[in-house]
Amino acid sequence: MAENKQKPIPQPYQDTQPYWDAAKEKRLILQRCLDCGKPQFYPRGVCSHCLGSKLEWFDSSGRGKVHTFTISYRAPHPGFANDVPFVVAIIELEEGVRMMSNIIGCDPKTVRIDMPVKVVFETVTPEITLPKFTPA
Amino acid sequence: MNALYKKAAIVGVAESDIGRVPHKSKYQLSAEASRLALDDAGLSVKDVDGVFTTIITQGGESSSMLMSEYMGIRPRYTDSTSIGGSSFVVYVEHAAAAIHAGLCEVALICHGSTNISDRGGRAGPVSTRETVYGPAQFEEPYGTSTVSSYALAAQRHMHEYGTTSEQLAEIAVATRKWASMNPKALMRAPISIEDVLNSRMVSSPLHVLDCCLVTDAGGAVVLTSMERAKDLKKRPVAVLGTGEAHDHRMISQMPDFTQTAAAISGKLAFERAGVTHKDIDVAEIYDSFTITVLLTLESLGFCKKGEGGAFVSGQRTAPGGDFPMNTQGGALSYTHPGMFGIFTLIEAVRQVRGECGPRQVKDAELALCNGTGGVLSSTGTVILGRV
Repeated sequence: MAENKQKPIPQPYQDTQPYWDAAKEKRLILQRCLDCGKPQFYPRGVCSHCLGSKLEWFDSSGRGKVHTFTISYRAPHPGFANDVPFVVAIIELEEGVRMMSNIIGCDPKTVRIDMPVKVVFETVTPEITLPKFTPA
Repeated sequence: MNALYKKAAIVGVAESDIGRVPHKSKYQLSAEASRLALDDAGLSVKDVDGVFTTIITQGGESSSMLMSEYMGIRPRYTDSTSIGGSSFVVYVEHAAAAIHAGLCEVALICHGSTNISDRGGRAGPVSTRETVYGPAQFEEPYGTSTVSSYALAAQRHMHEYGTTSEQLAEIAVATRKWASMNPKALMRAPISIEDVLNSRMVSSPLHVLDCCLVTDAGGAVVLTSMERAKDLKKRPVAVLGTGEAHDHRMISQMPDFTQTAAAISGKLAFERAGVTHKDIDVAEIYDSFTITVLLTLESLGFCKKGEGGAFVSGQRTAPGGDFPMNTQGGALSYTHPGMFGIFTLIEAVRQVRGECGPRQVKDAELALCNGTGGVLSSTGTVILGRV
């Protein structure tokens, strides 16, 4: 059995290092383009709306709602063998961007689309903390 | 009418051994399918001057170079476009354009995969990597997978339009009926809607019978100019219209979870072919999951958005129904080596040629193929027919 198998861990890179640094401090940060004003997720080196390079980071409220979700009954990776069933969800943040996460701290069967959720932080390694969501 | 169309034709199609073929490599399956497709056309490997392929790899092999080398081909036109299972459908557009422009004369599109043998069975892990590089680091650490990604779309469609698991199951049941008439199909025993609903939940709302098979297989398609096609072994099946599009890579970036890029590629293919939905005699729609088909039918415009569930109800896509679809048994019941796109083309050509025996759709003259790749990310649409 693969119980001790490690889950896949993000390897921060140029675009994403600030995001993971902030997550370590239990902050969810997003990017906003200073040229067109639009926010984006995931972090990029340019704006995915206008290709501008002037981006600023800002703190998300960490609040949003479930755009869609699935209860995964099968571990796609040995690291998740002990987690099934677990919820993979697309969260629509108040700031207007969508991100994937897990919804934890509740029975998976109680998760609904449009359900309000808020961010919580799960420390995975000394370097990586994952933003996850729980019913608000 | 775009000048590109009716200038190239598919002249040879074939699949390799399919199923669980552990004693053959993916390269061999691709090459054997290629030989059979060239035989089908009455051409030899020496005639091939354009190669179009992509292989599922771990090591970033340059697919068209590798497969050309493997088969002893030195092409003057090469294309390793890699946009998932739709790649092979999209290659038809690329090949037709290359042939029309005189950049190559005989185009070989091929694919081989040992997806089930490599994984050690259908239930084997999709991934075992421990570090995630690139944008995937915003998804993989949350335990997502291909089936979960499609499930996210299915759940949203159900929420917005009231689509039901029963309606999705209609697709799996109808497809199995077609498979029962194809001796090459891997799953031929009849199933009921209840069987689908009672099958194991993999990622809600998708059950295991909502999911495609995982198999080994190879397939190949040969195209040439309409002029040269006239002298070959079989009746040419002309490329009448094509389209390609993608609107995201990762599922979290999908702009609208209830619509695929087939809304774009399909519209282009219909416009370019100068035909309408009612003209299509048979549809081969990549069915990685039942929801893929439902979203694709809506996105292509065979029904309105949100009406896909009603459209497929009453076994409309089954043998005898008024919308014959996935007539070889699809990825759900025939074969699915990780990327299925090429098999939509193979069956469409056989239907238009009238070679399909008991599962032949009567007077099938016009066929539509739609490939979907990635996680509902990319689409290729091709309309084929007699000229």
